[in-house]
Amino acid sequence: MIKIIEKYKLGPGMNFALLDAPLIAESAEPGQFVIVTIDEKSERIPLTIADFDRENKTISIVFQEMGKGTHRLANMQAGDFLYGVLGPQGNPSVIHENKDVIIIGGGIGIAPVFPIARKLTAHGNRVTSIIGYRNKDYVFWEDKMNAVSSSLLIATNDGSYGEKGFVTDLLKKEIESGKNIDEVIAIGPPIMMKAVSDMTREHSIKTIVSLNSLMVCGMGMCGACRVTVNNEIKFTCMDGPEFDAHQVDFNELMQRLGTYKNDEQKCFEDWQEENNGC
Amino acid sequence: MAVNYKSVPMREQLPDIRRKNFDEVPLGYSEEEAVEEAQRCLQCPKAPCISGCPVNINIKGFIKHIQNREFKEAVNVIYESDTLPCVTGRVCPQEDQCQAKCVVGVKGEAVSIGRLERYVADRDLEQRANDTKSIEINENLKAAVIGSGPAGIACAADLAKAGIKVTVFEGFHKLGGVLVYGIPEFRLPKRIVETEIETLKKLGVEFIKDTLIGRALTIDNLFEKGYKGIFIASGAGLPKFMGIPGENANGVYSANEYLTRVNLMKAYKFPEYETPVLKGKSIAVIGGGNVAMDAARTAIRLGSEKVYLIYRRTEAEMPARLEEVHHAKEEGLIFKMLTNPVSYSVDDKSFVKKIECISMELGEPDSSGRRRPVPVNGSNFEIDIDVAIVAVGTTPNPLIAKTTPDLKIGKYGEIPVDENNMTNKPGVFAGGDIVTGAATVITAMGAGRNAAASMIRYFSDIEQ
Repeated sequence: MIKIIEKYKLGPGMNFALLDAPLIAESAEPGQFVIVTIDEKSERIPLTIADFDRENKTISIVFQEMGKGTHRLANMQAGDFLYGVLGPQGNPSVIHENKDVIIIGGGIGIAPVFPIARKLTAHGNRVTSIIGYRNKDYVFWEDKMNAVSSSLLIATNDGSYGEKGFVTDLLKKEIESGKNIDEVIAIGPPIMMKAVSDMTREHSIKTIVSLNSLMVCGMGMCGACRVTVNNEIKFTCMDGPEFDAHQVDFNELMQRLGTYKNDEQKCFEDWQEENNGC
Repeated sequence: MAVNYKSVPMREQLPDIRRKNFDEVPLGYSEEEAVEEAQRCLQCPKAPCISGCPVNINIKGFIKHIQNREFKEAVNVIYESDTLPCVTGRVCPQEDQCQAKCVVGVKGEAVSIGRLERYVADRDLEQRANDTKSIEINENLKAAVIGSGPAGIACAADLAKAGIKVTVFEGFHKLGGVLVYGIPEFRLPKRIVETEIETLKKLGVEFIKDTLIGRALTIDNLFEKGYKGIFIASGAGLPKFMGIPGENANGVYSANEYLTRVNLMKAYKFPEYETPVLKGKSIAVIGGGNVAMDAARTAIRLGSEKVYLIYRRTEAEMPARLEEVHHAKEEGLIFKMLTNPVSYSVDDKSFVKKIECISMELGEPDSSGRRRPVPVNGSNFEIDIDVAIVAVGTTPNPLIAKTTPDLKIGKYGEIPVDENNMTNKPGVFAGGDIVTGAATVITAMGAGRNAAASMIRYFSDIEQ
């Protein structure tokens, strides 16, 4: 059992939770994830580690309410216990030294890029962070990202905060400005990561993405998380979650993410109905 | 006394009924049936059955006790060699092991050793759990067991009985390894596994779930934390795929994923349990082993109209346990032998729609001694499906190997051990599928016990 120490909303449908997880906090590194089980009936929910504190033995998770599982997770409060949290899983981010790196976070993907940006900056890299939100109501962790970036650029889809447009619009400007860019690291919805990847491929800029494939075990025994990278089957949990974006088959990733769309919707709607009923 | 060549049948759920539920299929012997079956044993002086058992259970001895209605004594004989008789009585391939050597079996049906084992073990299960008491534990002698499957359970039990403080690390949120994620409820009820785990807890064994060794902690971290001996029983590992076009289509599963969703996550009770699985009207299962059979029979129970078993050799070469093949046929599994998949085709949303296969014929014997299946040119044909389950084996999980630089690893990623189940790294032992590749519950359990015996010797050496 893992205790929730703190829990609050970051924005519409967006949640933060601080977990008492000494063993995970001991070894967690940027880029790794956990698998959360709420109770015996819950799915195994993979979530990237948004932060960790070795001294206080805590980890942070940030998640969006999508289906029944994440809604139930959102309903939990400080003091409640989770059935289990497996982690840290996946390979840590590879952090180079003294490079010009652009970090891109889209929506909830801003949470997992934060510890990566922090470590990059600590290793003498010059970090330009580009973060994108739907609109101003969804803005979170601007201050945290600002603290770990050499410069911070913000976009919202409707222009209600920062620049109007997508993260790729800001990335395009950075590329066109002619600045040196050694590496781009992008985490967000698959469609965003694909768009970033398509743009950087044209300019031969090395790009890393963190894939949010379907996942069950998270430890290399089931193969649910398999993705095609460089025309080979890779397991996100064992070989990833970070991959060379230019080698990832994003279309297949997005198609596989749609496998349980109908089931998930039905499960969620049934649950909503039940909850409204009582 | 004349030899009775017919074994006492075990009552079973009828095929039409069991197709619709996940309850256990064979219902077990009554006391009278067990005694009657035991009477068929000739008590041969040489007892060849014992040499057929991978852990050499004194079969002759325990059956003698059943003949005398000494059931507690009977099960105690089994416990000398077998930690989990309720499990092995159900899942051992007895027809290839003990029963293959049974003298009665030469002319008639072998004595049903597995059923008798199950009878006395089931009879004792609850009682043993209640009777188990913790013994004095030496807190200075700490052992770590990695994995709570059959090898890990067997090892932990023997270590604990020797007064060693044992911690079992399990990656999943439930304990039992393949006994809970792999083998379905209808073949091995989960309450049995739960009771065995409870018994271990009473012996003083500590369990830490949701902790994967190789990620959260490495082998060397465990030594730093004061564990003096470590047993690696991390299991079979990553599922293999065939590398044919369309294999990543929606609806193509590894058997491990399919069985984990249904068994461990209870997708058959979706949406009460929240993990979904595609049910499918027409399902192809690829492979001929017990895992393929478990997946196929699970698919039948989830309500699929047609379930095909696609295997590239013939039924005679299938490694699956005979009873499972027999049960699967009764349940309506369609056998497509001498058939191999070539590719999958999909609909506009990337869901699998057809599997293209090619017919095979048997050629010259290969390295396994079985005749090698070779494709028949131009024999390709298609089957309409909406789910496919690939059960063609596994390769060892590389995590522990990767994070333990001084541990010797074999060429297939397995961990080599000596006759004491000791690896090249001092204090590190290994057993089960991570050593042998996918094998049986009983061989894993045997390895766990052998490792425990070596570890107890190792502990007494380091203590001096």
